Amino acid sequence: MTDAALERPTIRPARMPRPTAFDTSLLYRYAALLFVAGLVLVPLLATAMGGLKTIGELRTDPFGLPDSWVWSNYTDILTGHRFWEMLLNSLIIALLTVALTVTTGAMVAFLFAHLTFFGDRYLLSYFMLGLLFPAATAILPLFIKIRDLGLLDSYWGVVLPQAAFGLGLSILLFRGFFRQLPSDLLEAALIDGCSYVRFFRSVTLPLSRPILATVSVFIFVQSWNNYLLPLVMLNSDPMFPWPLGLMQFQGEYMTNWPALLAYVTLTIAPAILMFLLAQKHIVAGITAGAVKG
Amino acid sequence: MRSAVPDTLHGPGGAREGTPDGGGRAASRGSAARHPVARSGRVAGLFSGGRLTTVVLFLPPALLLFTIFVILPMGEAAWYSLFNWDGYGEPTRYYGFRNYERLFGHRAFTSALINNGLIILVSLLVQLPLALAMAVILANRIPGAIFFRLVFFLPFVLAEVAAGLIWRFVYDGDYGILAEIARWFGYESAHVLADRGWAMYAILGVIVWKYFGFHMMIYIAGLQAIPSSLFEAARIDGANRWQVLRYVTLPSLAPTIRLSVFFAVIGSLQLFDLVMPMTRGGPSDSTQTMVTYLYSFGMMRMDIGFGSAVGVVLFVICVVFAFTYKRTAMRND
Repeated sequence: MTDAALERPTIRPARMPRPTAFDTSLLYRYAALLFVAGLVLVPLLATAMGGLKTIGELRTDPFGLPDSWVWSNYTDILTGHRFWEMLLNSLIIALLTVALTVTTGAMVAFLFAHLTFFGDRYLLSYFMLGLLFPAATAILPLFIKIRDLGLLDSYWGVVLPQAAFGLGLSILLFRGFFRQLPSDLLEAALIDGCSYVRFFRSVTLPLSRPILATVSVFIFVQSWNNYLLPLVMLNSDPMFPWPLGLMQFQGEYMTNWPALLAYVTLTIAPAILMFLLAQKHIVAGITAGAVKG
Repeated sequence: MRSAVPDTLHGPGGAREGTPDGGGRAASRGSAARHPVARSGRVAGLFSGGRLTTVVLFLPPALLLFTIFVILPMGEAAWYSLFNWDGYGEPTRYYGFRNYERLFGHRAFTSALINNGLIILVSLLVQLPLALAMAVILANRIPGAIFFRLVFFLPFVLAEVAAGLIWRFVYDGDYGILAEIARWFGYESAHVLADRGWAMYAILGVIVWKYFGFHMMIYIAGLQAIPSSLFEAARIDGANRWQVLRYVTLPSLAPTIRLSVFFAVIGSLQLFDLVMPMTRGGPSDSTQTMVTYLYSFGMMRMDIGFGSAVGVVLFVICVVFAFTYKRTAMRND
């Protein structure tokens, strides 16, 4: 987990020779792939289908296509305002978290990448401490702190801790990327009298779009899916992001599985859509530390 | 815009800037800051470009945010854990280590520790081999590889809460998929998640389902970084597929595997979101993890001292593991 080797020249995939004649092992491999794909997809498809069934039908046949497609479960949710309200809450919290993490993280990573200053190495290790433990370990003191700051039940009560715990990874990824930018650029700019601050704004940031996108998407997804922090920090319905709303819905509709399944399907739809659109960045963020030179 | 700011390299300001984390050894490097020497690959130019201004502008936001919301709370957890405190007023009832004694004497916490151990075991022995097998198959350019990669990665993208509810449905004894399969084979429908003996195993299955795609992606990235000349050489030397796997693929992938083991263990230690919608740690504490335990016995009961003690134990386990693992297994990576 050292420097991210993100933007290095594309490496050719490890390729074994293509199977020439009929290859029985290929058959086995496809059988394995299809089996695992089935295990992955059946619960998801059954969930989406379940939302279209009546409760009676769900009981006798949870697998197949619905006999009569009951759209009301879905439309009831989509026409109510609660569903949209919690998606909006999730969106606001995620966007604020991304903005805060990315700006503060990129600035300090720029320092670590280009400047030598008093104690810089110790400071870097200090920030890297954040990678070692999850927010859960300090959740009670965090709760006390947010309460004492008067931020309970506000977006910032969730955003600030989320951003703080996201800093370690963002600094790691940003610093790795910034250091790979050609150093001649900075030298030339400094000689021409350009300041570091201006260089950061007009050269580093525009050149760093790929890593900015990767970190943003990664932080966004983490925030979007986060459950523990909002659970502890928020306590009134209108503030709930969708994971809390979903759990609350589950509490109310405990036995009405079709309604609940429709709700689950609708809440995961944006995530799946987001994943398909931004998969490049998500995968890059996840594998960034992994492929190490 | 700040380019006009004159050189502020020397002077006490520069020294003050670094002192918060200073320490003795840092002080000896003070001269390096005043008379910057170019470190490898860095520009510490003759022309400062507003060096101090930059540090003063760029450092504090992240430093404050991180210190206030990551480092201080961890220190406070250690402090609070010595008190019997419900969170109101100041912690005054000093408790010594009694919170820790209570903790280790509690059956539910022992069961949480065992469960976290089980999760680590299953992650390492079931999830990682599965991820590796899928990665080895999919790193080849076989038709449909992209599709399968997306499908296998999909569960990882879903929020834990949603995944937990989906599996609560799958395992439901009346309406679920598992019940249907049981009926198919002529068995009575089972309420898996309500069964002390089975609930944890049911959750372990979901963990594999949810996270193997993440490790597979890491492995695929690692596999693609192996120079293909290695495989070609092995082929020319007459190695069969298994020999290639055993003597080329796995050794080259070793650093990646060690990294994914690290992620798997750290991830297993903090499992919470997935358990909540399925069992909330029940029935009768049989599926507690350290974090669900912390939530149910610290947060829900506002027992700040006790909950902080749980947090400290979890912190120590994470940090000790991280350091020993990096020192031993990953020392060459």
